[in-house]
Amino acid sequence: MRDAIAQLVSDGDTVAIEGFTHLISFAAGHEIIRQRKRDLTLCRLTPDLIYDQMIAAGVARKLVFSWLGNPGVGSLHAVRRWTEGERPRLELEEYSHFGMVARYTAGAMKLPFFPLRSYADTDLPRANPLIRPITSPYVDEEVYAVPPLTPDVTIVHAQRADAAGDTQVWGLLGCQKEAAFAASRVIVVVEELVDEAVIRADPNRTILPGLVVDAVVVEPFGAHPSYAQGYYDRDNTFYLEWDAISRDEASLQSWLDEWVHGVTGRAEYVEKMGAARLLGLRPTPAPSGSVDYGEYR
Amino acid sequence: MSSASTGFTASEMMIVAAARELAGQRVCFVGVGLPNIAVNLAKRTVAPDLELVYEAGVFGARPARLPLSIGDPTIVTHATAVTSMFELFGFYLQGGLIDVGFLGAAQIDRFGNINTTVIGSYASPKTRLPGSGGACEIAQNAKSIFVIMRQSPRSFVDRLDFRTSVGDRVSVVVTDLGIYHRVEGELQLDSLHPGVTLDHVRSAMGWKPRVSESLVETKPPKPAELRMIRDELDPTGVYT
Repeated sequence: MRDAIAQLVSDGDTVAIEGFTHLISFAAGHEIIRQRKRDLTLCRLTPDLIYDQMIAAGVARKLVFSWLGNPGVGSLHAVRRWTEGERPRLELEEYSHFGMVARYTAGAMKLPFFPLRSYADTDLPRANPLIRPITSPYVDEEVYAVPPLTPDVTIVHAQRADAAGDTQVWGLLGCQKEAAFAASRVIVVVEELVDEAVIRADPNRTILPGLVVDAVVVEPFGAHPSYAQGYYDRDNTFYLEWDAISRDEASLQSWLDEWVHGVTGRAEYVEKMGAARLLGLRPTPAPSGSVDYGEYR
Repeated sequence: MSSASTGFTASEMMIVAAARELAGQRVCFVGVGLPNIAVNLAKRTVAPDLELVYEAGVFGARPARLPLSIGDPTIVTHATAVTSMFELFGFYLQGGLIDVGFLGAAQIDRFGNINTTVIGSYASPKTRLPGSGGACEIAQNAKSIFVIMRQSPRSFVDRLDFRTSVGDRVSVVVTDLGIYHRVEGELQLDSLHPGVTLDHVRSAMGWKPRVSESLVETKPPKPAELRMIRDELDPTGVYT
């Protein structure tokens, strides 16, 4: 992880750590904090705790997003401290969920914009002038357009990949595929590294081919306190604890000192978090039925 | 905390009333927080055939526990379909397959327009709220919008600080005090919850409400409904 972030993430980059509630790469976010990257433009539909932590750590100058909160709990207090009042310290560029998904999609497809049926008669286009009305070239109808989003780096967490970067995900798919194809560079962080044969036995589950992946990092529990379907549940206790930790700037900074700067990487974080807590998040099994692809020779 | 006089809380009444409004509906897009618990109660009571759609990319969810967030793994296991968010918003929502979008709100006006973005000015807000999420496109693309929210002069306002989602399709608003339906483009108070007076409602909003000529009292929660909320859906009392 240290090498991947050092080589592929630079100060001033536009960075997307995607994963909608599911598979959020806290491991990569923490490494970016440890390496004290600066002036990043962070993109995510839901900034979640990881961007609250990264923004509090001072890595970002701008946030591009669509829903700003601690999901199921409340506010992101660090982001609020940086954005409320007379002199906000963080630049915001705000869309809706579909607007953000459409932006990655346009970026991945090399389109100049993406049209959607959102925003009419709302204040969002006034708040963000990059959301613009366009008229259909075919019928007399107005829709709204959003510009492409092409991150310098997209980072996704996944259940498994092979050494070449062929990546498989199950459970919520979010918009990791769109965000990765839109990016110049892609880092994949996985729970497990598997043989190529495992990938080839179930090609429908592949969301990214190694073709678009620049680095594969193996970090078990790398998405904690978010979750990995079939591997571990969201650590909701931590999401609740973060609400208290993050209300106070000093307690937040001492948390970062202890749990981010105070460890060398995810393995040490996992050890410090403790086996009992993490293994308690394991779900009981619910395996998929298998399908027969057939052998055609 | 339940009121000694009624045996249920205002929040429980609100959740039960919202769930009942879903009777007869088929495909429902579920929002975070209170909508989540109301829709899951409806699925267990008045609308067993309801298809629960989550913006995270799930159609036909069968959650075994109350989802802790809008992307809880319990909405995936045993669902009919898991889709990318592009498919969910593009094909299911914008494609016109959603009957009811169920939303929460920080502020609402008499026309059903919703603010979930900021209190104060956008450039230097007093309170920075979460923003649209999927609400802006849900409000524009679901056939009908239901809103569930607590009512006060700060939330029922004459003028929104920011219009995040349009009210054109808002047909029902359920609060902790009563039930409103959209009549001639404006929210009309049709039902008061037990123990709530018209004066109380009027003091808890920023405009003079249109009131139904046949105003009724909401039927109180049944023991079975309360049991489901307390034992299954919200055992720790987060929403109630």
